[in-house]
Amino acid sequence: MATEVLMPALSPTMEEGTLAKWLVKEGDTVSSGDILAEIETDKATMEFEAVDEGVIGKILVAEGTEGVKVNTAIAVLLEEGESADDIGAASAPAAKEADEAPKAEEKAPAQAKAPEAPKADRSPDWPEGTEMKTQTVREALRDAMAEEMRADANVFVMGEEVAEYQGAYKVTQGLLDEFGAKRVIDTPITEHGFAGIGVGAAFGGLRPIVEFMTFNFAMQAIDQIINSAAKTLYMSGGQMGAPMVFRGPNGAAARVGAQHSQDYGAWYAHIPGLKVVQPYSAADAKGLLKQAIRDPNPVIFLENEILYGKSFEVPVLDDFTIPFGKAKIWREGTDVTIVSWGIGMTYALEAAEKLAEEGIEAEVIDLRTLRPIDYDTVIASVMKTNRCVTVEEGFPVASIGNHLSAYIMQNAFDYLDAPVINCTGKDVPMPYAANLEKLALTTTAEVMEAVKQVTYR
Amino acid sequence: MATRKSAAKSNVSADELKSYYRDMLLIRRFEEKAGQLYGMGLIGGFCHLYIGQEAVVVGLEAAAEEGDKRVTSYRDHGHMLACGMDPDGVMAELTGREGGYSKGKGGSMHMFSKEKHFYGGHGIVGAQVPIGAGLAFADKYLDNKRVTFAYFGDGAANQGQVYETFNMAALWKLPVVFVIENNQYAMGTSQQRSTSSADIYTRGEAFGIPGQVVDGMDVLAVKEAGEKAVGHCRSGKGPYILEIKTYRYRGHSMSDPAKYRTREEVQKMREEKDAIERVRHMLLDGGHATEDDLKAIDKEIKDIVNKSADFAKESPEPSLDELYTDIYADVLPQGDAIETEEA
Repeated sequence: MATEVLMPALSPTMEEGTLAKWLVKEGDTVSSGDILAEIETDKATMEFEAVDEGVIGKILVAEGTEGVKVNTAIAVLLEEGESADDIGAASAPAAKEADEAPKAEEKAPAQAKAPEAPKADRSPDWPEGTEMKTQTVREALRDAMAEEMRADANVFVMGEEVAEYQGAYKVTQGLLDEFGAKRVIDTPITEHGFAGIGVGAAFGGLRPIVEFMTFNFAMQAIDQIINSAAKTLYMSGGQMGAPMVFRGPNGAAARVGAQHSQDYGAWYAHIPGLKVVQPYSAADAKGLLKQAIRDPNPVIFLENEILYGKSFEVPVLDDFTIPFGKAKIWREGTDVTIVSWGIGMTYALEAAEKLAEEGIEAEVIDLRTLRPIDYDTVIASVMKTNRCVTVEEGFPVASIGNHLSAYIMQNAFDYLDAPVINCTGKDVPMPYAANLEKLALTTTAEVMEAVKQVTYR
Repeated sequence: MATRKSAAKSNVSADELKSYYRDMLLIRRFEEKAGQLYGMGLIGGFCHLYIGQEAVVVGLEAAAEEGDKRVTSYRDHGHMLACGMDPDGVMAELTGREGGYSKGKGGSMHMFSKEKHFYGGHGIVGAQVPIGAGLAFADKYLDNKRVTFAYFGDGAANQGQVYETFNMAALWKLPVVFVIENNQYAMGTSQQRSTSSADIYTRGEAFGIPGQVVDGMDVLAVKEAGEKAVGHCRSGKGPYILEIKTYRYRGHSMSDPAKYRTREEVQKMREEKDAIERVRHMLLDGGHATEDDLKAIDKEIKDIVNKSADFAKESPEPSLDELYTDIYADVLPQGDAIETEEA
């Protein structure tokens, strides 16, 4: 059967083009790969090759013709034994298909309508009456890894100085002794490379814990974290993903300057396919890290150097985890909701104590995970207090606080008695000088001031 | 060219030779069809064809064993067909349909098959190299004697993460074959203009990784080199580098007019070096096949490719619900729990 040669699309955006030149004439025999014509697209002049073999029966569009629409028949190709008289029987059923406009479904975005207070999950993280012991965040993280490594032989930890040095911040202390060099692996200083090897190991069936000495250095590896780890499950139609944890200290330490002092919570929380954890207490650090290691998705686990040495009460249990997307209310109150996470909780809790002395009762919520976020707990609280202040260490533009403000506005607008205020780090690279560094970070005083603003005191 | 001998002294059987011919032809015809469907607007976005490079993957797959893994860049259709993935599923992914390997959500550059141990299909130049070493890391950890082929181009060979990976792969003796498919052009920049050293295979020397250069237009030479490399890796000696000199006949992607090289250069390669023609002549001259035998193979391939195109047109677009699926796994997507010895 004679086939039509159609005007090809030669770029992702081409809709029409110029048939600049024919390199064959009627009666020529062509085989696949032969160049038929030169076609000018919106970007370049391209050679157009034959796919099928046959004889050029008729040229339908003369060279020099401009504005030839994609999928217009430009020539007719005859098979062996056919003559030009057969032309007319040829058809191009596929052309129509390509012209069909994509069926856009009208779907209104989720609207806030007559909101009711959502049911927040207020179940206890561990049974009432559980024995508790005092532990630092550092020890809790180490125990979480050790417990999960005992439970699953495919869990291993890799990173700079995690093994023989016992961890740059001593978080992996003792793991080499217990689990050996096969499972506690010192890497060269090569974040991009070992993050990618970690992703490949996860594809290959292992459960890697990749430690970054600090998350500042993970910027070298962020392509592997986002393009390879976060997106593969989706890109593979659910066939495979990267069950792994990227962990390490995040945010400002003390007096280490701009390149070593940044909070990446908002960066990673932006990415579908990642889960993002930023714990404050030792118990949460332990329960959430164990959960992260078991989670079948890539998890960003943002620790904090200043919190490593802080002690908290941790439940004495053989095994406990804390689910993602469940905030913790540290302090109940009726006058204002303070939402924070990670080291921001230090300022939030301190401010709440001092405010109580002044007769303002703040409800303090620790989000614990930034993806997923426990919106229900936040909204339920704001509906009660009608005011909200967020506290974080990250930069102000496109911060988590900004996102929460928008969410609250859309879902609890009628309940707000004041605009939400975001307490954040200042919009500057971290300075080194002690006085300036202090000024660059958010402070308890700023949180108190914000609360007074939203409560009109 | 009819009398040219293969560089390899393989005692290859007629059946093997015929299967290489068939597998290479499948890739070429499939890619030509993909180019056609692109021209019809049925395939969108970027589409990087493998035409000209067929002997690389077919030769190396001949050296692979069941369970070995492979990972490559976005020029990936040939790798998928060569490792046994279904042409229907590959073509339907190109058209963005439900029947595609990624349900239409990955596209030409992002396809995977757990079943065939094909780990992508990566759109970021060089990113597949540490991933390949990571797959090999997992195999070594699990002590399962598998080997990973990490394919990348002469362009990717200039990425920093490649050398970070060479270092760790050598340090940890990972069973990975680094396959540099040197088609001489990093998109539009020739190797001479982008690469300070002519011999990319020697770049492993600094890390103690052996390497060799291979004629990528000779499937038997590729197979022989592949067997050597795989043997090296499987015996626990660590990584191996193959720089396979090949040539892509088409532009970098469908929208590349390829003005950085002459038409004569391309024609010369096609006429004098074509890997499929070479095997075709070996079959005919050696009396291993008749013209009719080869015509029958041509017909079989044409039918497979046409069927894949029909499937790719008829398969429906993914359901709109698919927008929000496969972002997070509820259970381990690998499904099959991997057993290891007690730690």
